[in-house]
Amino acid sequence: MELFNLGIRSIFIDNMIFAYFLGMCSFLAVSKKVSTAIGLGAAVIFVLTVTVPVNWLLNEYVLKEGALTWVSADLASIDLTFLRFIMFIAIIAAMVQLVEMVVEKFAPALYGALGIFLPLIAVNCAILGGSLFMAQRDYTIAESAVYGFGSGTGFCLAIVALAAIREKLKYSAVPNGLKGLGITMLLTGLMGIAFMSFMGIDL
Amino acid sequence: MSAETVEKAIEKKPAEELLSKRRKKLVTDPLVDDNPITIQVLGICSALAVTTQMKPTLVMAISVIFVVVMSNLVISLMRNTIPSRVRIIVQLAVVATLVTLVSEVLRAFAYDMYKELSVFIGLIITNCIVMGRLEAFALGNKPYDSVLDGFGSALGYSWIILTVAFFRELLGSGSVFGLPIYDTISGLFGPDFKLATNGLMVSPVGAFVILGLIIWVQRTKTGYVEH
Repeated sequence: MELFNLGIRSIFIDNMIFAYFLGMCSFLAVSKKVSTAIGLGAAVIFVLTVTVPVNWLLNEYVLKEGALTWVSADLASIDLTFLRFIMFIAIIAAMVQLVEMVVEKFAPALYGALGIFLPLIAVNCAILGGSLFMAQRDYTIAESAVYGFGSGTGFCLAIVALAAIREKLKYSAVPNGLKGLGITMLLTGLMGIAFMSFMGIDL
Repeated sequence: MSAETVEKAIEKKPAEELLSKRRKKLVTDPLVDDNPITIQVLGICSALAVTTQMKPTLVMAISVIFVVVMSNLVISLMRNTIPSRVRIIVQLAVVATLVTLVSEVLRAFAYDMYKELSVFIGLIITNCIVMGRLEAFALGNKPYDSVLDGFGSALGYSWIILTVAFFRELLGSGSVFGLPIYDTISGLFGPDFKLATNGLMVSPVGAFVILGLIIWVQRTKTGYVEH
């Protein structure tokens, strides 16, 4: 039940886009068509679900203070948390590469759909942000898997919804200065207000 | 090459001024006409989250200036030795090292600020401005030019997020840099007078709306239209 609550919370209440502004770059750049938005959203769900638990293992068994005790008791005082950023980003880049190769080999159809988005995801703030939040909030491994999946789903929902609105927006007369980025920011603000209604849910 | 030809070569191409017109353009262009946030749509990711107050925003701006300038310098110095196939991972390693440096300095000397900015300092790594400048400029230009270019872009980013923070703090908390502006103003009109703050400005929604409006104003001024 705890896990279910965490999942719901990470999808709606702590939404990556509307609560933490993570992954804004691709959120704004790849939200012009619904089909591409779905592709990117699926890729983000996939990569977040894989990288957050993997980074949890890395954090728990290598980086945390005293994490190296399983090697030998002498290493109990070693604290490698300052290496967190560089290790996390390396793991993410490597995992994205690995996932890309595996998907290409075993699921060519899926690769065709996700293909171009996978490399782009390595430098998406939402992915690194997911791992950093996991480390900061001291999740367990089950929680981090659920959190990764949930926040990816939240991102996917947001980007697909925005893309749907922007497709309709083609037919409206927007002032010149507001075209493109300006109106998209205002739209995101309005969607943010809608998502604020989830805050009242007590989980 | 004999000494004579070297001398000739130097004579032919006089060293460029320290701040020639072209170099000034490198710094001033990203401020308005080619602003990384409002025109190029880069680096919005970690920018908006810290802008509820002016102070953390200023720290964030300084950190980003440092990271962009230094990473541009380092990558530009190494540009001829980096194989292009692995350049992304080299860039990530350089940027991550610099960001770790910033975060450790903050943790040592400004712990409160470190707590407040939390993960967003780490997220400078994935700030698109940093990678964007490295890819687009530092990989093909001399160190000094790259430093100027990075400085210009980071400055363009900084003034936008500081403007967003100014409005959000003023309208949302009624203060600027922690100084209670609203309380002072309402004090002038007697005890019954009170200016109301807008809670929406402190929430993420305020950031989107304010940035959207700034983009509108700025693009109307420069006449830039996106298609």
